[in-house]
Amino acid sequence: MDFNDTKEEAQFREEVNNWLSKNAEKKQHARDIYKAAGIPGDGTALQDAKKWQEKLYDAGWACLHWPKDYGGRDASPMERVIWGQEMSKYKVPGGYFEIGQGMAGPVLMTYATEEQKQRYLPPMAKGEEIWCQLFSEPGAGSDLAGIKTKAELDGDTWTINGQKVWTSGAQYSDYGILVTRSDFSAPKHKGLTYFFLDMKSPGVEVRPIKQITGGSGFNEVYFTDVKIPDSQRLGEVGDGWKVSLTTLMNERLAVGDASGVDFQEIFDLAKEQDFNGDQAIKNGSVREKLADWYCEQSGLKYTKMRNISALSQGSTPGPEASITKIVSANKLQDIANYGMDLMDSGSIVRNDDTSALFQGSLLGAPLIRIAGGTDEVLKNIIAEQVLGMPQDVRVDKNVPFNEIPTGSKN
Amino acid sequence: MNFSFSNEQILMQEEVKKLLDKENSVKRNRTILEGEEKFDQELWKSLVAMGLTATTIPEEYGGIGMGFLELCVIAEELGRGIAPVPFSSSVYLATTAILNSSNEEIKKEYLPKLANGEIIGTFAHSEKTSFPDETGIAVTVKGNKISGQKIAVPDGDIADFAIVSASSGKKVGLYIVDLKDKKVSIETLDTFDPSRSHANVSFDGATATSLEDDAWTSIEKLLDQSAVLFAFEQVGGAEAAMNMAKEYAMGRYAFGRAIASFQAIKHKVADMYISLQLARSNCYYGAWALSNDSSELPTAAATARVSATKAFYECSKENIQTHGGMGATWEFDCHLFYRRARLLSSNIGSQGIWKDKLITSLEKSNSPA
Repeated sequence: MDFNDTKEEAQFREEVNNWLSKNAEKKQHARDIYKAAGIPGDGTALQDAKKWQEKLYDAGWACLHWPKDYGGRDASPMERVIWGQEMSKYKVPGGYFEIGQGMAGPVLMTYATEEQKQRYLPPMAKGEEIWCQLFSEPGAGSDLAGIKTKAELDGDTWTINGQKVWTSGAQYSDYGILVTRSDFSAPKHKGLTYFFLDMKSPGVEVRPIKQITGGSGFNEVYFTDVKIPDSQRLGEVGDGWKVSLTTLMNERLAVGDASGVDFQEIFDLAKEQDFNGDQAIKNGSVREKLADWYCEQSGLKYTKMRNISALSQGSTPGPEASITKIVSANKLQDIANYGMDLMDSGSIVRNDDTSALFQGSLLGAPLIRIAGGTDEVLKNIIAEQVLGMPQDVRVDKNVPFNEIPTGSKN
Repeated sequence: MNFSFSNEQILMQEEVKKLLDKENSVKRNRTILEGEEKFDQELWKSLVAMGLTATTIPEEYGGIGMGFLELCVIAEELGRGIAPVPFSSSVYLATTAILNSSNEEIKKEYLPKLANGEIIGTFAHSEKTSFPDETGIAVTVKGNKISGQKIAVPDGDIADFAIVSASSGKKVGLYIVDLKDKKVSIETLDTFDPSRSHANVSFDGATATSLEDDAWTSIEKLLDQSAVLFAFEQVGGAEAAMNMAKEYAMGRYAFGRAIASFQAIKHKVADMYISLQLARSNCYYGAWALSNDSSELPTAAATARVSATKAFYECSKENIQTHGGMGATWEFDCHLFYRRARLLSSNIGSQGIWKDKLITSLEKSNSPA
């Protein structure tokens, strides 16, 4: 039992580091992040990210696991892990290409024509074209198959009408993957059809959503008589659910640890703050809390190690990773809340770096518990797919979609 | 990277599991719990015959010279089978304490007999009602005579000898005492989980031999080492309890369907699974630190211990809940796991002690994960 690289892994790691050290700045602290030179929102960050992605692409470091023909490197899963581990030690821009490369790319690879793959995948890898995912709707979140955005075929052109929500990056995306309902009289999983479309098509309107953090990372997207050629359909008509599952599977792999305050921050804070006239960390109740969070953080860290080890040994990782988001998002929320407790009255003031960090995490945590599969959906997945427990009774499963009841909140 | 057990170790684990299944270890737990016997001698002999008590003992002392990693997988299976045997006392604790010792004579005398199951050992540490720190040891040694009382010693009425923590007046260290000595009196106790016997052990000038170790640090090390093994045992028990809950829920129908199809039950079992996975992964870290004698052992051991204690408690209590009323009957096995979960939490120091140890070790290393 060890954490050592094999000879090939060590060689690859060295190659990665050789390139990264010449092309990027190493982090001084784990929390360091890349900061764009311009003012927030002026597009500098996006331009920086595009430049960096192009550099990766030119050097053969974009979309490592993709085939070389489409702009990848044909790398092994283990090489992809090593790349991720090493790149996390450098300050590099990012955050724009993950949905395209992580979710749209795999679907195109499975369902698009060869010509389309040649046309769209390399610019996606290069960061030249950005993709978004148009799935959730106001009435369909966890129950994604309940979407209502309508697709009607006339000749070889589809007309789309409806609304999507929670679309990250729609405001700067060039293309989108879209799931629609093409048959309202079929049972809900059977009447869906999947497309990709140009986000600049007439009739597409993007409106930002203001979140409880005050930021706007997500959008509503409205479709009014938007035309999509049938050649941009992915999968058969009515097979959209099957195609969506490919995307969702990749989404779960892409959503990892929750970002924000973690054990180190609350540990440091407990050393700085007073509690009943002494250092907070000397208090038994504080120590108990810290121990619980450390155990969770460590449990996730070594769960990840077990998965990487399985990859390194040439086997497929087990379903253990499915616990990561549930545990880390809840831990984030609880640590943020407890940190504010430790700072007492001062915690609510917004002029201080430390309190702002904990406040930001407390406000950001609820969305992390929901995005990419809510706690509840993920627990269903663990119970059904990992432990083999039966599905809940689904009263709407074999009913024509247009006969399924909806409530006042849909 | 190879952060996993080897194929040989996994094969060994399967052999131990097969033996415990064949011997119906859970049923034997109930027999000991309900009967007068202090432990299951037949099962113990089977484990000895398989060589399990000799696992970590080098060949030169009559053992088979494997390592702690093998002991980890054995511990997991003993936990799964809630085996009514003094394995943790004799192997995780007494054998490890002697292996740690530099006293060659003691090694030569005791290790071969521990390996072949001729003798059973235990660790006598707790006094009064709280888990002792360095200042809490009242048992004293003068010359080579030991006096004082240790309470609720696991297998104290089964073991042939005990490793005893005692103060010489200057420092606290580990001593070995023959429990058949006439100046030792043993009082068997009625306990929460009678599938494992416990006794108060009093010394009145019995002969004690020092393990010649470096005082309190050797006790801390022994606790850390055994904590990893206890954690594996707890994870084994937790997984068994989770599986019991799941199987029952699949077969129990209410409102016209398997209760396993209700989200209230599914989420409960998913929570057990999450708790178990975190504990198991921390146990792997503990196993790595233990087998490499790493400086990270104090942190790794406490992390494994705390999360495994939590997992076994959660899985065993929610297993009863999933079974409904039947889960709370004497007849069903749920309570055997619930009792064992509590017992293992109390052995070698309870949850609060280990949480505190964890934070203390992080403060010392100042470099958390």
